[in-house]
Amino acid sequence: MNVIIELEKSMMRSDLPDFRSGDTISVHYKIKEGDRERIQIFEGVVIAKKGGGVRETFIVRKVSYGVGVERIFPLHSPLIDKIEVKKKGKVRKAKLYYLRGRSKKASRIKERSRYDQIVPANVGAQLPVETAAQIEPDTGGAEDNSTAQ
Amino acid sequence: MIDGILGKKLGMTEFFLENGTAVIATVIEAGPCFVVQKKTKEKDGYEAVQIGFEEAKPRRVTKPMLGHFKKAGVSPLKHVVEFSAAAGDYNPGDEIKADIFKEGETVDVVGTSKGKGFAGVMKRHNFRGQPASHGGMAHRRPGGIGSNTYPARVWKGQKMPGHLGHERVTMQGVRVFKVDTDKNLIIIKGSVPGPRGGLVIIKRTSKGSRDSAAA
Repeated sequence: MNVIIELEKSMMRSDLPDFRSGDTISVHYKIKEGDRERIQIFEGVVIAKKGGGVRETFIVRKVSYGVGVERIFPLHSPLIDKIEVKKKGKVRKAKLYYLRGRSKKASRIKERSRYDQIVPANVGAQLPVETAAQIEPDTGGAEDNSTAQ
Repeated sequence: MIDGILGKKLGMTEFFLENGTAVIATVIEAGPCFVVQKKTKEKDGYEAVQIGFEEAKPRRVTKPMLGHFKKAGVSPLKHVVEFSAAAGDYNPGDEIKADIFKEGETVDVVGTSKGKGFAGVMKRHNFRGQPASHGGMAHRRPGGIGSNTYPARVWKGQKMPGHLGHERVTMQGVRVFKVDTDKNLIIIKGSVPGPRGGLVIIKRTSKGSRDSAAA
């Protein structure tokens, strides 16, 4: 398996920001029309991330003219020009499929404040000790354990 | 040029083409294989090269085979297979690597499929099965297996439950997606029979390509 993991590592993109379920992101996706290439922006809530390695995908959901639209993007696709994280959502599940049956009002997601974020271990290590110690108690939200922006 | 190589299936992954298409592919560690014996026209009546793959502990190899490997001057190997080749080009002990195939070439891939155990007719022969409800009680049964007066027996070859899988399967006309000569990897487009770690034989194709449209 190691050979495959290595192979995948060489193909994975590192230029994309970290995001997770509940975040509102806009995906700039390259679309080819004949010879022309243009960029389409798809903005919505990330309702799931699936798979691992180079095969990771994520689902973005938005409501367009009253119709729910979901798109699945391969995370490491070369067609993704860039991803912008617009809002960080505070959610308690990794898969937000429950949003599908909800009205717009009911599908609002609370924003994740900086107090919910955990400082990545490597960033904390670089900070002076007293600064790191100040940040640590603020982390509070135990359910959030991914990297912060 | 030798007609094939032995390899080990490592697993599957995905590659992106420049236009964004994802290609599902199987990674095979092909070689290094070593020439164990040459078959020549004078001696054997035909020309071929016997190659071996994957080093084995000497105590795992039979005594006759140990002598065979010793004669060739190679360390004991787990798998030995013969391929047709101009015997003059090779000598015992020569190394054969993944570079005998190149990108885009079509090949045949032989593997041993995953064993499924004793399987019923629905899984083994794609029978349709019988009603799940409405009083039907023969859910996954085969149904009738023949007629009465004539032939008054069950025809030979009647599809019935039995062992499924763990048999030699050849995939013809599959495409080589990539070759990594440094790491001895051959990456085949699509799937390949067998479990991860299973022995795979990659041969020059006996027929055309399976996906001639996509290059």
